[in-house]
Amino acid sequence: MKSLKDLEEIRKKTLDSINMRKDEESTRVVIGMATCGIAAGARPVLLAFMDEIGKRNLQHVTVSQTGCIGMCKLEPIVEIFEPNKEKVTYVKMTPEKAVRVVNDHLVNNRIVTEYTIGNYEK
Amino acid sequence: MNEISLHVLDIIQNSIKAGADLIVIVIEFDGERLTVTITDNGCGMDAETAARVTDPFVTSRTTRRVGLGIPLFKASAEATGGSLTVRSEKGVGTVVQAIFYYGHIDCPPLGSMTQTIVSQIVCHTDVDFAYSFVTPRGRMDFSTREVRQVLGDDVPLDTPEVVVWMRESIDNEINEIGGGSIQ
Repeated sequence: MKSLKDLEEIRKKTLDSINMRKDEESTRVVIGMATCGIAAGARPVLLAFMDEIGKRNLQHVTVSQTGCIGMCKLEPIVEIFEPNKEKVTYVKMTPEKAVRVVNDHLVNNRIVTEYTIGNYEK
Repeated sequence: MNEISLHVLDIIQNSIKAGADLIVIVIEFDGERLTVTITDNGCGMDAETAARVTDPFVTSRTTRRVGLGIPLFKASAEATGGSLTVRSEKGVGTVVQAIFYYGHIDCPPLGSMTQTIVSQIVCHTDVDFAYSFVTPRGRMDFSTREVRQVLGDDVPLDTPEVVVWMRESIDNEINEIGGGSIQ
């Protein structure tokens, strides 16, 4: 690894903001990452969430993954857990939809109903 | 799976379920064969189970009686004239190795290994990953242990700025040894 010096700079720059992050209750974005999810395109969806959350500097949001959620035909599936709120499940996700979910749901607090599992089953 | 790197992502999930806290991924390209090796220090399997995991109807999951991760990886490697082997020892860990003939018309592209590795580092900050890429022109070695040494305890690996740095430095070093052209 060659650019470890740059990393040292990053460490110094981010130390302050990280202490702030610890105090907030976190929102979790969880992506189904079993064989079914991966084959359906979960990796680019995960990357899109990471990128957009980083771009928007949403320090209270963490991205993580889980195994098979059990509805393989609806993958990629993304679940959003916010403190003191009901879980929201988005289905058949794409990187483009991920960007909209970050902006509408996580930033502006408006659930993107048309991508949710409830809407799909209607 | 339309990229080899997606199979790798899938196999990493097995290592994580096996409780590994160190996962070592090596991609070696000798101009003809692409060898992918995933080694973990998870719970491992006895020899009898290890011999049966390429069967789609053998799985450790309880929700359903099929497991397709390893069988799909094996089929993909064999379609190019290559092979897949699983070696495991209970309490020690597991090694999955696949050989692809990269010039074969049925060989999928390697795809973005960087996306596979970095996404897993972010989602499993308590696991250490080592990733090496070897071509006839040289080698790239990346290790989260080294990154952690620089960052210390107070800056986590999933900090957005750190993630960007990891992606860029891995990609740059792979390009320097000519690995970019086989992604």
